[in-house]
Amino acid sequence: MSKDRIPGAEARQVHGFLKANRWLISRRVAQLGFFLLFASGPLLGIWIAKGTLASSMTLGVLPLTDPLIFLQSLLARHIPETNAIIGAVIVLLTYLLIGGRIFCSWVCPINPVTDLAAWCRRRLGIKKGWTVKPQARLWVLGAVLVTSAITGTIVFELINPITGVYRGLLFGVSWGLLSVVAIFLFDVFVANQGWCGHVCPVGAFYGLLNETALVRVSASGRVRCDDCMDCYDVCPEIHVISPALKGTKSGAGPVITSRDCTSCGRCIDVCPELVFRFTNRFDNRLDSAEYVTDREVSKISKEAA
Amino acid sequence: MAKNSKIGDGPRNPARRRAMTEMAAYCAGAAVVGAGLSGLAVQSKALPAQMLRPPGALGEGEFQSACVRCGLCVRDCPYDILKLAEFGDGPAIGTPYFIAREIPCEMCDDIPCMKACPTGALSHDLEKIEDAKMGIASLVGRETCLNMLGLRCDVCYRVCPVIDKAITLERSHNTRTKKHVIFEPFVHAEHCTGCGKCERSCVLEVAAIKVLPVELATGELGAHYRLGWEEKRKAGKELVPGIIDLPDRQPTPPLSKIPESGQ
Repeated sequence: MSKDRIPGAEARQVHGFLKANRWLISRRVAQLGFFLLFASGPLLGIWIAKGTLASSMTLGVLPLTDPLIFLQSLLARHIPETNAIIGAVIVLLTYLLIGGRIFCSWVCPINPVTDLAAWCRRRLGIKKGWTVKPQARLWVLGAVLVTSAITGTIVFELINPITGVYRGLLFGVSWGLLSVVAIFLFDVFVANQGWCGHVCPVGAFYGLLNETALVRVSASGRVRCDDCMDCYDVCPEIHVISPALKGTKSGAGPVITSRDCTSCGRCIDVCPELVFRFTNRFDNRLDSAEYVTDREVSKISKEAA
Repeated sequence: MAKNSKIGDGPRNPARRRAMTEMAAYCAGAAVVGAGLSGLAVQSKALPAQMLRPPGALGEGEFQSACVRCGLCVRDCPYDILKLAEFGDGPAIGTPYFIAREIPCEMCDDIPCMKACPTGALSHDLEKIEDAKMGIASLVGRETCLNMLGLRCDVCYRVCPVIDKAITLERSHNTRTKKHVIFEPFVHAEHCTGCGKCERSCVLEVAAIKVLPVELATGELGAHYRLGWEEKRKAGKELVPGIIDLPDRQPTPPLSKIPESGQ
């Protein structure tokens, strides 16, 4: 592929802006929506969700607590009150069911920042950077849990940029906003997908809840793949694609089963050939050969004209 | 992979060597992260004395294991007294606090901040706000307190929500005028909730009465100490019968009067 190919440009040309960005737009709406549930109170006086992503109370009845923060608290030898226990169980079960890393791409406020950083990297043509394996974050997670136990402190909350951003915007504590700048610079200049893909222990934790995810992306149209590499260029966890997309020879199913996949759906957006789609983890169907894509439809209609 | 490698000529199993090196690198990385976070964690337990935690708060060490910094207590405080700590404010970042001199606790009967706490960092064992121990007021500026100067200010005494229990006015003789009374604001730690109303309303430029953390504001007898009169009351009789007659100590002669040795 030519060096100045812009990932997603072809899809935009073929399918139009909306269809070529539908999941990206949906995610931004979701991220903003979750934030507004919290922000409507302090901004407009309409209280829907109180608190932050660390722990919240929605409409006075639904407690939600981040299970990783809850776990750190347990390791720090504190037995939380009922509300925190109920809240953590609800969140844990929900993500176990739908897939933990859906939090990363659909809820986490850092996601737009690292997406922007990745976009900047592509535009600036920055290829090099610190390379470290994605498992590194599991080591960070381990370090966080051990440190919590040793110091008797919920230790990651001292620096957690995720809850920090919410706290910053909702309560005016600026550290979270400073950390956003730091993560942005780190991702642009130090490591590609550095924070979310390699360092963040919250992502690592939610990745562990992602093994049983029901919601999955499937490369069901992999016969149509023409190796344009757009999906690889935009994927925040590049290694998850190949087993499914190139699984014809090895006999692997088309469903992306890696626990690192964040179900962001960006591969679906940018693929001009509509290779990918959202489905459930048991749906190993492949598109039949006579499946006609929008692109072929437009090609046919152009030829007819 | 290198073939024909001999002992002392590079690793026999380069793949394993690489894996071990990588493992060591991740261990080292994790150790660095852990060490950095530990440093922060230890520092975060140091709460500046003028920063008070909301009612029911666990001791500062335990508090750090329980508070998830969600801000629900801040939201449910009807008087907007609580703040989440900003970087550099002093308390661990994101944890709730208030400063009595700026805006004291109103001591709501239903303790909404404590009830909002999902984790029990503000312990739900606190049933009555009068049992709260956010701190203990201490008359630290004894030389500047207007009452101690012999005037009648009494403001701290009058604003105290636990008036006549937490602060009483103790009378003593005014040795300066030799004919007046000094009304000393006297804090009774067992009744003081640490709400900070007294500190807030002290009319001085810098408050003479300040709410301090409990451990700073109180002393504690050694565990082995016994107060004779208490023991006597408990036993209902003299613990040691009869009068103990110790030998009287004689005045020591000044050093100059002691004859030097050898004379």
